[in-house]
Amino acid sequence: MKLLKKTRNLSDTNLLFIITLIVFFAMYIGAMVFMGSSFLKPQSFFNILNANAALIILSCGLSLVMITGGIDISVGGVTGLITMCCAVYLDYKGGSVLGAMLIALAIGIIYGVVQGFLVAYLEIQPFIVTLAGMFFARGMTTVVNTAPINVSNEEFTALKNTRIIIPFLGSVNKKGTYINAYIEIGVVVALLAVIVMFCILKWTKLGRSFYAVGGNRQSALMLGINVKRTRFCAHLMCSTLAGIGGFVYFLHVGSGSASHASGAEMNAIASSIIGGTMLTGGVGNIIGTFFGVLSLSTIQNIVSAAGFDEAWWTGITVAAMLCLFLIVQSVVMAVRKKK
Amino acid sequence: MSENVVLQMKNIHKSFPGVRALQAVDFTLRSGEIHALMGENGAGKSTLIKVLTGVYAKDEGQIFLSGQEVTVHSPEAAQKMGISTVYQEITLCPNLSVAENMYIGRNSQIYQNWRKMNKGADAILKALDIPAKATQQLGTCSLAVQQMVAIARAVDTDCKVLILDEPTSSLDEQEVAKLFKLMRDLRSRGVGIVFVTHFLDQVYEICDRITVMRDGALVGEYAIKDLPRVQLVSKMLGKELDDMSDIHGEYESCKKQEGAPHVFEVEGLSSDAGVGPFDFYIDKGEVNGFTGLLGSGRSESVRAIFGADRVTGGVVKKNGNRVKIAKPIDAMKNGIAYLPEDRKRDGIVGDLSVRDNIILASQVLKGFLRPYSKAEAQKLAEEYIQLLNIKTASADTPIKALSGGNQQKVIVARWLLTHPEYLILDEPTRGIDIGTKVDIQKLVLKLASEGMSITFISSELDEMLRTCSRLIVMRDLKLVGELSGSDLNQSKVMNTIAGGEEQNEEN
Amino acid sequence: MKKTNAGRMSIFQNQLFIPLAALLLLLLFNLIADPNFFKITLGVNSSGNPVLSGYLITILDSGSELAILAIGMTLVTAATGGQDISVGATTAIAGSVLLRMLCGSNTRPDTLRMPILLAFLISCVVVMLFGAFNGVLIAVFKVQPMIATLILYTAGRSIAAWINNNELPIISDPAFSYFGTFIPGIPIPTPFFIAVLCMIIIAVVLKVTNLRLYTQAVGINEFSAKLNGLNPVFIKILSCMILGVCVAVVGLIKVSRISTINYSVIAQNIEMDAILAVALGGNSLSGGKFNMTASIIGAYVIQCLTTTLYKFNVRSDALPAYKAVVVILLVVFSAPVVRERLSSLVKKIRAKEAV
Repeated sequence: MKLLKKTRNLSDTNLLFIITLIVFFAMYIGAMVFMGSSFLKPQSFFNILNANAALIILSCGLSLVMITGGIDISVGGVTGLITMCCAVYLDYKGGSVLGAMLIALAIGIIYGVVQGFLVAYLEIQPFIVTLAGMFFARGMTTVVNTAPINVSNEEFTALKNTRIIIPFLGSVNKKGTYINAYIEIGVVVALLAVIVMFCILKWTKLGRSFYAVGGNRQSALMLGINVKRTRFCAHLMCSTLAGIGGFVYFLHVGSGSASHASGAEMNAIASSIIGGTMLTGGVGNIIGTFFGVLSLSTIQNIVSAAGFDEAWWTGITVAAMLCLFLIVQSVVMAVRKKK
Repeated sequence: MSENVVLQMKNIHKSFPGVRALQAVDFTLRSGEIHALMGENGAGKSTLIKVLTGVYAKDEGQIFLSGQEVTVHSPEAAQKMGISTVYQEITLCPNLSVAENMYIGRNSQIYQNWRKMNKGADAILKALDIPAKATQQLGTCSLAVQQMVAIARAVDTDCKVLILDEPTSSLDEQEVAKLFKLMRDLRSRGVGIVFVTHFLDQVYEICDRITVMRDGALVGEYAIKDLPRVQLVSKMLGKELDDMSDIHGEYESCKKQEGAPHVFEVEGLSSDAGVGPFDFYIDKGEVNGFTGLLGSGRSESVRAIFGADRVTGGVVKKNGNRVKIAKPIDAMKNGIAYLPEDRKRDGIVGDLSVRDNIILASQVLKGFLRPYSKAEAQKLAEEYIQLLNIKTASADTPIKALSGGNQQKVIVARWLLTHPEYLILDEPTRGIDIGTKVDIQKLVLKLASEGMSITFISSELDEMLRTCSRLIVMRDLKLVGELSGSDLNQSKVMNTIAGGEEQNEEN
Repeated sequence: MKKTNAGRMSIFQNQLFIPLAALLLLLLFNLIADPNFFKITLGVNSSGNPVLSGYLITILDSGSELAILAIGMTLVTAATGGQDISVGATTAIAGSVLLRMLCGSNTRPDTLRMPILLAFLISCVVVMLFGAFNGVLIAVFKVQPMIATLILYTAGRSIAAWINNNELPIISDPAFSYFGTFIPGIPIPTPFFIAVLCMIIIAVVLKVTNLRLYTQAVGINEFSAKLNGLNPVFIKILSCMILGVCVAVVGLIKVSRISTINYSVIAQNIEMDAILAVALGGNSLSGGKFNMTASIIGAYVIQCLTTTLYKFNVRSDALPAYKAVVVILLVVFSAPVVRERLSSLVKKIRAKEAV
């Protein structure tokens, strides 16, 4: 309680961001100390990035929408739909990688326009709209193609296997050969997305309107912000990011399937919340979201390293983390309000 | 004269479902004047302002800005036209910094320069003597500071028209003085200022002209020197003062039995809304009232008694015996009824029928497993609709379709149905028509004469002076005085509220 | 608002109009497309009992599960102003607990470990606790209902698998299958009777208690409800727990149908259908007043839609896409903004006609 009082001068956003950072570093350092070798190698950290590049992008988009006080649970479905469409396009139709990228982007943008319009201009609850969006995407995925497809397009596999070497951070394997640490292309895209989104939120008029709308929609209107357009933009950007994230996901897994990215919306929401984005809107930070993703996958790694490696533990862990942080936020804010 | 006119509204009409909020209202503002917009709650001042600032679309009428007809689509558009507004309720974003709140939504550039903004904001804050830092999160400032920030924002824009909608209700004297200095500066710069307030002193101190509204219609526009206070009040109320001065005499006040314990007595009560600790008592058949400015703690006190806010300390005694009141249902079981201040937020259950709204509290008291039968409920509802003369199509009509006054009567009916010993009426006359106001005041006195104890709270002092036999004065969430008998007059109460007299300082 | 309401009342008479009209429309469509839709045949099933079969019977059968869920969902919607999207996952939990109680650690028991009723009651309690968990998040921690239930939506099936160690117990006792299929000698599917029982119970509860008034008051104006002595927190949690009971019943039916469980498939996408049923019943998804009968009819209409789609060879995994479109159309036409625009449009047209 006393600690919280000292934080009074911090803004809500920064306070939650600091909590996130503390949680992440405590967890990762704890894992390095107690879990040993596998967490000590730099590559294991990069592997977290490699595996979660798409999730980072999706979470960025979700954070945007959540900062405006909305929600979008269609991102996982959109990702699944994109993997399938791109796979069909590349393999059955013999398309190019660039074409596949455009398809991914187009799906994202169309989703953004439709959902944004329904939410912002027709004022329908975002949850209902995006829930329907999720079901639509999942259903459409099987309409596009029922069976999973493994993509064998050469251009694509070349891109998929491109690795960017990180100098000086390699490790020596059991046989004694030195292996370079690497990241995939998706990670670069993800980091770019994080930086761009951070800048937009921090230094543009639009970014600040997101916060204003999330803080108090009525006030934002009175302050002369075009609330409808702002909310529309948030959904548009979120779905566009889902398009990009969907392609990154596709690049990582290299196949199309209806079961891809199932539960990704949940992971993205959990990451955002762990990263200090408030569900009620107006508070959040993209860098925090980035660390939210890392925290989430670190805890998953810890749980499975601790021997709970049955499939169901993942879901339960994510849900438990989400639940915990929701409660922490709720309590912290209640205490702060009272002062 | 007419070349000076900066804003003209002609023949403005606006209606909401069930209410005609504005009828043929004209309003003229000249540059370099401070123009008071006066009227009682519900007279249509706020609606007029919201039409002007694009929050509501007008049904009919024309708006001219510097002689040109304009259509105001949104607050954003209004701002661009040079109409800045400070609302009574703070319309800023608590999650943003002070500086952002001052600048957001104003410039059209895409990039946000934090350093320049913070510097500019700090300069303005300093110039206006506002105790806040540019980088501070607004939510951490006090309400008065937030209000000042809102004013700073409006002042900083190059506005032709500045609208101040009851900005002083949460400010103290020094802050008001600061604000007035600011307003005079702006006036000399040629800004037209619309000033809405309930404080007559302030009007006569600073304004040049007065437009009076009543029941959604224009009463007239007057130069300040042509309109003495008494006339202003009678114009606002729509009747001569002595018309309604004495409703007291109609009812025999209930005589207090000597030695009988107080019906309710509280000692050292405090709540998490910040009020107290305070002592208070009420006798059988007594009508008393809490008075003080908005935010002085008058509502918070009665809410604490009713258990509406979390009680943090103190004792409540009923007829001398200690009772525990932690939440509203405890209070209800002890025979307390509470008509809340904010009818829309805390009172009505909008979509439910008048019948359900009337029986609600009594039904809750009766218990979950013992619902009124349909016939019973209908009978009770009809009885009270008739008793209080509630104007509704039927008992089945949703309450939100009724006018404000009738909604309030339904809430009164709801609590009368629980047959309380102690009835708390918090602003029962706010935003309702004058006829209903008198009805409610008469009802209060009638109920008291039948032995009910009543606490009556109103922003309008004369209402309280007319109905209450004892006034408890509050300031800054503390009890600062108690007046009864010959002390019950306007000036004495005003002085006690303002804290001018020494005897009250002791408390 | 008042005018539009009044207008709707005069045209549609009441809330039941929408679901009934939709049902009629669907039936009419089927009648034109293929009258076989209405054919009901009396046959004999593998255990030698007389059973009715046909599309209509399927609707009656599967729609009953949905109707039971719709009862709970309506209450939750009314009280919290949001929907519980975890019902599918908690159905899996209910079924899993039921099997665990009946089979213990033996996945192929010859005899049941306890009476079915007792096992059902235990699963009821467990699911009610999960409901209470949702309710606490919603009411105490003020998390939006759909986010709060998103937690169990994700974790629920995992928890269900975990309860039975991811094994799939199979029950051979024929009595267990009565709940989801047919009771010997009665040709009408049992779920229908269970649904009717649930409807009677909820009707009686609404009649002899103040559940309706309290739920509506809390849903419409929480502050006001509180000042009238109600406890909004308790009522919200209560509504979530009542939904829990409904879920337990559905769990029993679902598991009984196949005498075993498939954690990832059982009651899949049912949350969407349940929400749809409430919306189709003309109830506001943002809470407040509700009409239970309309929701129940809505549930059968949704099932009718599903069955019709199946009949036209729409694959089951593609179904959500079609239903999503229906949901969007429904919410778009019931959105206040759209209503206002439409009514002003109608006014304009009428004004023109008058001229």
